[in-house]
Amino acid sequence: MLRNGAMAWYHKVPAPKLPPEARKSRMEGLWIKCDGCSEIIYKQDVEKNLEVCPRCDEHFPLPVRRRLDLVLDPGTFDECDLGLETTDPLEFSDSKKYKDRVKASARASGENEAFVSGLGRLAGREVSIGAFHYGFMGGSMGSVVGEKVTRVFERATERRIPAIVFSASGGARMQEAIFSLMQMAKSAAALARFRRVRQPYISVLLDPTTGGVSASFAFLGDIILAEPKALIGFAGPRVIEQTIRQKLPEGFQRSEFLLQHGMIDAIVPRRELRDRLSQILGLLG
Amino acid sequence: MSTYALEFEKPLLELEQKLAELKRSAATGTALEPGDTLDSEIRRLEKRCAKLQQEIFAELSRWQVVQLSRHPNRPYTLDYVQRIFTDWIELHGDRAFADDPALVGGFARLDGEPVMVLGQQKGRSTKENILRSFGMPRPEGYRKALRLMKLAERFDRPVIAFIDTPGAYPGIDAEERGQSEAIAVCLEEMAGLEVPIISVVIGEGGSGGALAIGVCNRLLMLQYSWYSVISPESCAAILYRDSSKGEKAAEALRLTARDAYEMGIVEELIEESPGGAHRDPAVTAQNLGLALRRHLRELRDLGPKGLVDDRYAKFRKLGPVTEPRPEPASPLRRETD
Repeated sequence: MLRNGAMAWYHKVPAPKLPPEARKSRMEGLWIKCDGCSEIIYKQDVEKNLEVCPRCDEHFPLPVRRRLDLVLDPGTFDECDLGLETTDPLEFSDSKKYKDRVKASARASGENEAFVSGLGRLAGREVSIGAFHYGFMGGSMGSVVGEKVTRVFERATERRIPAIVFSASGGARMQEAIFSLMQMAKSAAALARFRRVRQPYISVLLDPTTGGVSASFAFLGDIILAEPKALIGFAGPRVIEQTIRQKLPEGFQRSEFLLQHGMIDAIVPRRELRDRLSQILGLLG
Repeated sequence: MSTYALEFEKPLLELEQKLAELKRSAATGTALEPGDTLDSEIRRLEKRCAKLQQEIFAELSRWQVVQLSRHPNRPYTLDYVQRIFTDWIELHGDRAFADDPALVGGFARLDGEPVMVLGQQKGRSTKENILRSFGMPRPEGYRKALRLMKLAERFDRPVIAFIDTPGAYPGIDAEERGQSEAIAVCLEEMAGLEVPIISVVIGEGGSGGALAIGVCNRLLMLQYSWYSVISPESCAAILYRDSSKGEKAAEALRLTARDAYEMGIVEELIEESPGGAHRDPAVTAQNLGLALRRHLRELRDLGPKGLVDDRYAKFRKLGPVTEPRPEPASPLRRETD
């Protein structure tokens, strides 16, 4: 009865077509139903709280620009590598042409690729920084993303400054086939060069980080941090379930599971992220 | 050796069987017809076999190449080790958790010169395939590979890596022990290894699990092998929501050795014996051995730093993108252009 009463409080509108970014929070006008605690919460409260549920601390996706604002000193972000575009080397097409898919994703997500890169300051220290935008084709890594990630490490090498990458990706982008795979090697090779300048590389794993991104630079951080309950792994849970034909254990491939198995350094809630990054840079830089 | 035949091989194999029978009759003299007629019939059939083989293999579809790469009689890593190298000693274990039979490695000699050889290893029987996880390594397999490559570097021995895997093992235990990290570390460490690295895709080059031993100076591929970001079946499951549409996905992914060569990913294609490597492993191994020797000779002159730079240059340029002309206002663009 109480539930019904509560239902009458707000007007149910059909859910708009949302980018995958918003898939975790079912938006109904001004209200959101939290996937963590199933509570109906006021959307503005969540926004103000860095897209974290004020009741249960569930972390919803944070748009890439807000992510950069969160950790960098105000007004210091200088975006680089603007306007890089895929050449669609395979002229790939499934139900839709790849080029059209890219355009549609750009329109829907407001970003023109799945990765934003540049230079900025974190607590006064210059850093080479990059972050995935999961809303753009599931944060998949094609040649543009691979090139941008590589340049994050190259700029950090040239300037002898720390590198920070936030990963949120389903992995390599199928539509660029073998070229996508090669981005794993390319970025890892750039990282190998970066090590010589002895500056820290901090990798922050967000929900989700899987496949070719997880199996390359994301797991090569000097320090690897993760947000709470992020899905992190090589193979996706569905692929594993199909292979072994059993249900996966509760909490499998979540940040807490990885911490327990010794795969990451620490889990950092979003509100502490900036301070933790600053602390690590202070200790290593 | 089993008599397994792919659908498109069958007409050829039937014809060859007829030929073999005819030859047997000729040899035992049980034929009713006079010998000279039999001889001409044999010659005629031999010609037809050669022609049919040529016809079938001239226009293979990408899916047929995938099938050949998975042929149960196809030579695997240890078959090439036996045929190309001498003085082989297999080395086991990652020194941390276990030995992974899905990835084998050890020292051997190529024309007397000591080299490190490693690669994914599939099983010939069901029992062996279960032991070797169908050539899908777990983290300990990649950590063994890394250990062996570092060992090779310390003793200044070139590394030869045979790639033949549908992909890294997707399972609970592999995830628990850090499959991603194991592969990632291989990529970075290979990029910086100060000895020559030659990788050869001998069958299946499935995704990150293949690339983990593929950050090389020279990438070679056997004629009927494939290399892809994702297996055609998995790609089909995602794109067409139907894993049985692998044939369609194989076309879309352009995953064959020939495709990879045309896209500039591969330095050389190695010709297999007519009809595929499984028809004559000795000929295929001989072709591969010759190529390996030639590339090793060329790489030797580069020196430790030159090898690392050569590898960097090879991978740095992969991934075609367009970029607008640099704006004069941005100082950074000037540096990178």
